[in-house]
Amino acid sequence: MTDQTNPQETTPTARSPFSEALEMFLRNYAAVAGLAILILIALAAVFGPGLYGTDPFDMVWAPFSPPGADGFLLGTDYLGRDLMAALLHGARVSIVIGLAAAFMSVVIGVSIGALAGYYGGLIEEVLMRITEFFQVLPTLLFSMVIVALFGASLPMITFAIGIVSWTAVARITRSEFLRIRELEYVTASRASGASNGKLMFSVILPNALPPIIVQAALMVGSAILFEAGLSFLGLTDPNVVSWGQIIGSNRQYILDASYTVTIPGLAIFVTVLCISLVGDGLNDALNPKLRQR
Amino acid sequence: MSALLSVQNLRIELTTRDGVAPVIDDLSFTLDAGEVLSFVGESGCGKSMTALGIMGLLPDRIGRIAGGQIMFDGEDLTKASEKRLREIRGNDISMIFQEPMTSLNPVYTVGEQIAEVLRAHQGLSKRAAWAQAAELLDAVRIPNPRGRIDDYPFQMSGGQRQRVMIAIALACKPKILIADEPTTALDVTVQAQIFDLLRDLRRDTGTAIIMITHDMGAVAEMAERMIVMYAGRRAEEGRVDTILEHPRHPYTRGLVSCVPHITDHLTEARDVLTEVPGIVPSLRDFGQDQCLFAARCTMAEDRCRAQRPSAVAFGTDQRADCWRAEDV
Amino acid sequence: MMTPDPLLRVQNLSVRFAVRRGGFMAAKSWLYAVDDVSFSVRRGETLAIVGESGSGKTTTALAVARLVAASAGSAHLGDTDLLALEGEALRQARARLQFIFQDPYSSLNPRLRAGAIVREPLDSQDNTAAGDRQGTVDRLFQAVGLRPEQQALFPHQFSGGQRQRIGIARALATQPELVICDEPVSALDVAVQAQILNLLRRLQGEFGLTYLFISHDLGVVQHMCDSVAVMYMGRIVEHADRLPLFNTPRHPYTVALLSAVPSVDKARRARAQRVLIPGDPPDPVNLPPGCRFANRCPLAEARCSQSEPPLREIAPGHKVACHLV
Repeated sequence: MTDQTNPQETTPTARSPFSEALEMFLRNYAAVAGLAILILIALAAVFGPGLYGTDPFDMVWAPFSPPGADGFLLGTDYLGRDLMAALLHGARVSIVIGLAAAFMSVVIGVSIGALAGYYGGLIEEVLMRITEFFQVLPTLLFSMVIVALFGASLPMITFAIGIVSWTAVARITRSEFLRIRELEYVTASRASGASNGKLMFSVILPNALPPIIVQAALMVGSAILFEAGLSFLGLTDPNVVSWGQIIGSNRQYILDASYTVTIPGLAIFVTVLCISLVGDGLNDALNPKLRQR
Repeated sequence: MSALLSVQNLRIELTTRDGVAPVIDDLSFTLDAGEVLSFVGESGCGKSMTALGIMGLLPDRIGRIAGGQIMFDGEDLTKASEKRLREIRGNDISMIFQEPMTSLNPVYTVGEQIAEVLRAHQGLSKRAAWAQAAELLDAVRIPNPRGRIDDYPFQMSGGQRQRVMIAIALACKPKILIADEPTTALDVTVQAQIFDLLRDLRRDTGTAIIMITHDMGAVAEMAERMIVMYAGRRAEEGRVDTILEHPRHPYTRGLVSCVPHITDHLTEARDVLTEVPGIVPSLRDFGQDQCLFAARCTMAEDRCRAQRPSAVAFGTDQRADCWRAEDV
Repeated sequence: MMTPDPLLRVQNLSVRFAVRRGGFMAAKSWLYAVDDVSFSVRRGETLAIVGESGSGKTTTALAVARLVAASAGSAHLGDTDLLALEGEALRQARARLQFIFQDPYSSLNPRLRAGAIVREPLDSQDNTAAGDRQGTVDRLFQAVGLRPEQQALFPHQFSGGQRQRIGIARALATQPELVICDEPVSALDVAVQAQILNLLRRLQGEFGLTYLFISHDLGVVQHMCDSVAVMYMGRIVEHADRLPLFNTPRHPYTVALLSAVPSVDKARRARAQRVLIPGDPPDPVNLPPGCRFANRCPLAEARCSQSEPPLREIAPGHKVACHLV
């Protein structure tokens, strides 16, 4: 072979885009700190209730005993229930609803956005009009109606949150598909006989994922907030503790026992903030244009 | 006769993630009034950096002039204040860029953009600037200039936009026009029109032109002298005809013969093209005390990898920075 | 040299796009990017289609490869009319012609390793065993001058020239009869262009490939082609073998195009018969009647702006569309 490439060029090691993104993410200290706190919260949610043992619905002590008093780390609420137990159990519910609702939004949004962006034409028109319809609905009102009509079970609340928040994912997915569809490597795959399904899901979608992943991460946070809002308004399963529900049920006593509201509020705040930091870090890590900075 | 522009031992450093790299490494050259000088080389060899350095437009915080002088009309531009440089830019030295699609502002008409330059630099009244803008459009051979002066850039073709850029660049009758790949984005017939225009404008106004390009054909067509750049350093300098006749640097020879040319009379014979193997080194490797081309050079010997070559002169007007220049 | 049956025979090919001018309610009109174009490519040879931007040369190639829809015409590859195929038959036929793209940066999927990129067409065609595919990929990497260990790298770890080598290996994976090269070197640095052009010519000899070579660079075309079709505004204006076209061009546009190319050849510059063609091409949506080049042609007569000249044979194998020839 006469025209071997320059022998003096050193062969770079095979690094996947994933390992590069990871390195970039690890350089973002705020995101790493956020991720660490999130892991702690997740661990608390998974193992906390089992280790702590107290049932959040049991009346264990006198009502309104402040944090630290009488051996209860976070005190008790207006019915004398242990706030620490409620917080740990609530973490599970809040996080599960957040993840499930975000997952649902991604599934709906990616499907609709991918079909619209890939096929274009009439399919795109119809799908995007549907998306716009959901976008202009007053989200809180719409999900309240769903929960009020079909009952306040956890799956229904997840559904109510998911159904109003997928539009952003659909729009992002569509615009990424529109952009990537025109790139030559997609044409190259088409020229070598790839089917529509293969083009959509194994050629275009992996390249469209970065902004979708970022959006999905941020959506977990907003779903947790959304759930808290619904619970605060009483639209929640009364037999399940969530952070929003703690705030909602204690709201009348906010002046007498502010800690019963501030502590779960703080938990929501910290969790959502950490999710945002991680989302931001993911954005930097997955966006190749920023990588050269 | 003293030169219009005289660059002495210029060193421009660029700060990257891997450290500081000399993108221009000890470059000296002169430009006489009314002369056309061409910089040739692959991308990443420092051609554009030279131009930006002269214009005082190096990227903020990343690039800086680390040494040497740029003497323009007896004034050292490396020491000039930002205010002074602003006066010089557009007035005495102007620049046109490769991409005529993006270098005009899309929200103003071409007339407004030309008149703006005239008013800012020459203090013309609105009416006078407008009249002169129309004259300039005529000078760059835009048909029906009084009608087209109200056009927005998107209403013009790529060639017309590049003419408008030239009109803006020439608005204040600069002494030097720097053209950075002015026709790379254009079709050949349009390129021929632009070259023709530049030649005529130079004859009429006496503007010196620095043309940056990678196309040896364009150099042969337009320039009197050329400087071949490689990895931030001069590889060869001299009169275009002399160099094309007998390049004295292996890189120049590669650049001339690696491109298939149309000759006066084609024959059946088609030889394998001369290859310059490999690619331009990355910025990391700039500035070492060796010939930076050695890794791609078929003639390289131990000395080339041990010490930076010094210039070898051939006659009065050709110099090559190569240890084996005599053998090329 | 002349084989009786060409490998690719394109007849009366047209590609049109709908355009709306003047806002939302405006009537639809058609832009004919390719207008009634016919040409053929002999087996084992290279036909170059040259032209400037807007000439329709790339659209012609894309239409032949069924990557844009043609509105009329036929394109026979051997005995198969590519434009008549649908569904599975089309998918199968894609293996027989492959495309090399202009931009080595956007034509490789950034998420796949180089080896997987070259293997992809084999996977799509699924008629070889998985074990054979790796062997094919190894051979292709060697053929285009890349080292086997480079299969594990991602596209961004290669230089432009190396990426174009990967694109070439991918195009050869299915052992195509016809390879369409769409400006394969115009995005590369000059010194790297020679590497790719030499490689393409060597591979043509080794594998007996037939190239349809799209380019605006007449120097490159001159070096690569056996015959040339010159396009202007969607039409072929001149079609001839290499030497007649470059040495004795007949159409005024071809003459102007050739004379516009800057040259290092002193003899050629000395002759200084530069034909400058003024102005810009006409609006492709509202084409004037007659010859499309008439408004810029230095030789145009009255009849040129009245009737459109057909492409006719003026010497064996030399076709020109001009009233004055």
